[in-house]
Amino acid sequence: MTETLTKVIVDCSTGESTIVPLTAEEIAQRETDRLAWEAQEADRKAAEETKANLKASANAKLLALGLTEAEVNALTA
Amino acid sequence: MTMTLIETKTLGTAQASIEFTSIPQTFTDLVCFVSARSTTTTDFYRINLNNSASDFTGRYLGSDGPISGTSFPAFGRMPESTYTANTFGNDFWYLPNYTSSANKSISVDAVAENNSTTEFYIDIVAGLWSNSSAITSVKFVPNSPNFEVGTTASLYGILKGSSGGVVVS
Repeated sequence: MTETLTKVIVDCSTGESTIVPLTAEEIAQRETDRLAWEAQEADRKAAEETKANLKASANAKLLALGLTEAEVNALTA
Repeated sequence: MTMTLIETKTLGTAQASIEFTSIPQTFTDLVCFVSARSTTTTDFYRINLNNSASDFTGRYLGSDGPISGTSFPAFGRMPESTYTANTFGNDFWYLPNYTSSANKSISVDAVAENNSTTEFYIDIVAGLWSNSSAITSVKFVPNSPNFEVGTTASLYGILKGSSGGVVVS
């Protein structure tokens, strides 16, 4: 059985609060927002991974040139 | 300057959103304090203004590093259902000049408490709602289904003034 989502509405002109089911539009908007967030998070994590890989590659090349690990860290940390 | 409580709501049952409607247009700014907890593993919620989820942009600086998103709506943080029992977030929302016809800025200072050294979040958000309408309703919407029982949202009106203290009722 699907859960019926409800929301609480507080009317500031009367102080009354009511609980009503979400509309179909609200449910659709929540799903749109959730998917947009997931896509943005996936992009962010991919960019972070790319950056980390580039950093590791650069560090390895600097070490191969003869720099010590402390020197490499001083340059890239 | 005065700070006046407009309305406050504590949830007695889990809800998919909390909405303040018919907000009086007599104040200068709006402030909302939200103490929320999630019923699931989601850890944030969004704001909708005038029932709109569109036209939000912003940047946030978070505990997991500096991140920006041009399409990212302003958001608050809250503990997930797996966090330490009975912990709730502490979020501060500021909406200046909410009745003006200019675009509306949004400032958020948020923390998802966990009473733990792991799995907690701190965020500062600078948001913008590109809309000329006066704000008449504010809605908070979790990323997935519900705010937990005990979640509280309190809406205050800030009235500018040349002197005087803070009045909180």
